[in-house]
Amino acid sequence: MSANHNHAHGHDAPGHEGGHAPSTFKGYMTGFILSVILTVIPFWLVMGNIIESPATTGLVILLIGAMQMVVHMIYFLHMNFRSEGGWTMLALIFTVVIVVIAMAGSLWVMYHMNTNMMPHMLHDMTSGS
Amino acid sequence: MLKMSVPCSLPTMSDTTAIRHPGAASQSAAPEFLVKEDHHPENGTLLGFWIYLMSDCLIFACLFAVYGVQGRSYAGGPSGAELFELPLVALNTAMLLLSSITYGFAMLKSQENKLGGTIGWLVITGLFGLAFLSLEIYEFAHLIHIGAGPQSSAFLSAFFTLVGTHGLHVTFGVIWLVTLLFQLKRHGLIPENRRRLMCLSMFWHFLDVVWIGVFTFVYLMGVL
Repeated sequence: MSANHNHAHGHDAPGHEGGHAPSTFKGYMTGFILSVILTVIPFWLVMGNIIESPATTGLVILLIGAMQMVVHMIYFLHMNFRSEGGWTMLALIFTVVIVVIAMAGSLWVMYHMNTNMMPHMLHDMTSGS
Repeated sequence: MLKMSVPCSLPTMSDTTAIRHPGAASQSAAPEFLVKEDHHPENGTLLGFWIYLMSDCLIFACLFAVYGVQGRSYAGGPSGAELFELPLVALNTAMLLLSSITYGFAMLKSQENKLGGTIGWLVITGLFGLAFLSLEIYEFAHLIHIGAGPQSSAFLSAFFTLVGTHGLHVTFGVIWLVTLLFQLKRHGLIPENRRRLMCLSMFWHFLDVVWIGVFTFVYLMGVL
């Protein structure tokens, strides 16, 4: 019975509201230092023009941004699979799925619409019929 | 004992029904709960607030999607590469990141039951938040002043909506923070205030997470 186990865990931390584990100075500092590093790198990459290709730079800074989000989630928002019996994590996973669908879907669909709406395409369509 | 009194309904995990002994009602007036756990989820507020944050996340996802689609539609107007001043954005990012860690320190002080330290760190957090807002307002005013207002192009409309919505969240975060300061001063670190502190902590760190998306996706990729 995992629910019972979580419950006992919640009672272990008196004076601290929430099923989250009590935050520690070490945890916050680790998160802070990691996110400073992960902030400085993309700014340095873009401002210093380190990588030639803009596409590569874009991909790299997007990846670093995603990493920094995870760092914030773990060290600042104290996300884990235990808090609230796993419901916060479930809500987060659901949200991430929706966010990915909304963003990737919009970009994908709109990009292709733009491509297919180009004047030469319209011309092809009319001349073909 | 329990099964004897209610032969047909075995208690399930989520049931919180109180059942009394039919014959022994006079012995104990207090209802006996069959579930060994508390019948309320312990952190209903925090889970609820988290759900709110997730729905807020969906709003930002839509705005990011709009920016992603329209971010290169300049309508003959200025592009991101011409408008964005990265040193200013870097300073803004630093402000928000520092405010995140100082809020963390306030949480640590509240765990140690130190009211003064909690309030002190919260004030510093609020000042960083205000610094962030001033820089953003300066940037917006500057953009509008040079004729790159939200009505200039789809790119700028999407930009102002996305970054403005984030700024509005930070504004309300600062208002909430000031309110919480008064509540802390008046009532101290009572459980209610600890809960509020926890909720605002989630809100504040969440805004920082959104800002990561903003400076990466809007500013840095905008100047590429």
